[in-house]
Amino acid sequence: MATVSVIDELKKAQILELLEQGKRLDGRALDEPREIKIEINAIPKANGSARVHLGDTDVLCGVKIQPDRPFPDVGDKGMFMCTAELLPLSHPTVETGPPRDDVIELARVVDRGIRESHMVDVSQLVIEKDKSVVGVFADVVAIDYDGNYFDACSYAATAALLTSKTPTWEMVDDQPTVVEGGEKQLPTSTIPVSVTMGKIGNHIVVDPNGDEWASMDCRVTITTDSDGHIVALQKGGSDGFTQDEINECGDLSIKVGAKIREQLKLAQQESQ
Amino acid sequence: MGGRDATMVLLDENGIRCDGRKIDEPRKIVIKAGGLKNADGSAYIEFGDNKILVGVFGPRDVHPKHMSNTDTGILRVRYHMEPFSVGERKRPAPSRREIEISKVIKEALEPAVMLEKFPRTAVDVFIEVLQADGGTRCAALTAASVALADAGIPMRDMVAAIASGKVADTIVLDVNNEEDQAGQADMPIGYMPSLKKITLLQLDGVLTPEEYKKCVDVGVKGCEVVYELQKKALHDKYFGNRSN
Repeated sequence: MATVSVIDELKKAQILELLEQGKRLDGRALDEPREIKIEINAIPKANGSARVHLGDTDVLCGVKIQPDRPFPDVGDKGMFMCTAELLPLSHPTVETGPPRDDVIELARVVDRGIRESHMVDVSQLVIEKDKSVVGVFADVVAIDYDGNYFDACSYAATAALLTSKTPTWEMVDDQPTVVEGGEKQLPTSTIPVSVTMGKIGNHIVVDPNGDEWASMDCRVTITTDSDGHIVALQKGGSDGFTQDEINECGDLSIKVGAKIREQLKLAQQESQ
Repeated sequence: MGGRDATMVLLDENGIRCDGRKIDEPRKIVIKAGGLKNADGSAYIEFGDNKILVGVFGPRDVHPKHMSNTDTGILRVRYHMEPFSVGERKRPAPSRREIEISKVIKEALEPAVMLEKFPRTAVDVFIEVLQADGGTRCAALTAASVALADAGIPMRDMVAAIASGKVADTIVLDVNNEEDQAGQADMPIGYMPSLKKITLLQLDGVLTPEEYKKCVDVGVKGCEVVYELQKKALHDKYFGNRSN
């Protein structure tokens, strides 16, 4: 949300003043994300789904798994794609029509975090090499907004993928055909977790809420995997970070991400 | 271009990379300030086999008017690749990738440009990638900074950019196209060396926490090298012995 109102300007002063004392408007510690609520299988018609509340930010992801033609140069791999969209009912500034650059960035950052972690093992998603592969599509829609769409969308997509069930197909008369009773868990490996941090003045805050999002100078989203490795990063916003700040954000993303990963694992276990 | 040779050695036993460079050696970089007659400022960069042209217009009236801001000027950036710039023809319409890169380059330049001096106006930066060979966003950002300076727009610093990455388990500077395709990680960095601020940072690929910090460090040091070439380009145009 790029719009800034007079209220935002006033709030920014207040947010900064509090941060000088090590405090945040909603009482959180600087490195503390908001409460995350994960509802698995919110859409039973999807192969996997999750509704995630990150504070008051509310997103829904549905996973659809279906046979598709492979990309010509990678016939030995299935497809994975993640999209993200802001629904017009989520905020007064969201308009219908083609996505703006901020939404395109959101979708690409969420996709990149999961893709680069190799969470979805696309080599296992081949029905017949060069002819037919399995496509896994994780589509995330934002329903309500209070800052940090990036992480909410990422958790929803990850939770939905972790709990997705896929049919099995075999080629019959050159057509991919569902095998009766062949439903199984979607093969996934690591659990990617994105952590977005905003810079306000000289302070780094984890998981900025709507007010903080409107006040921050710049942000960075860092995705880590289950091994504690950093797999993707995106800086955004109209200011810069020092090298020390970027190193600090890297450490924070690993620390905070580890806790959130436990929550995603729990959601996965509870769904089984 | 786009060639993926399975037998290619990314890093040999002597620490030499597939194109003959050492691990901390950037490709050949040539930057020329100016060159376009009609633009207010321009620059051309050859960064290895990348060839990129940047034109800057403004500060000028904003169209459409509703985009203008009474507090500050706005920066608009379009990063665009020619259909013939890559191996397989690229559709001319802006792709989602180009829209994202336009946004990250814009946000990398904003901290450098003193837009608050020009309320209600726009500065337009048009980046045309004529030939691409890995690392175009960094080369484009580097050239865009020079073009903005060439346009005489007040700036706090120039943004220099280069990518670091991980190739054959080694952190290297300036990832080329082959290394990007076959390597393990690619981290484009844009940095304002005088202000010591990182204004563009992206990563894809797997890095340990130590490798991550090393990658940032290698990239920042690389940017300092690029920065000298940016200054030289401006110096050559405005103070140098020009042969043309």
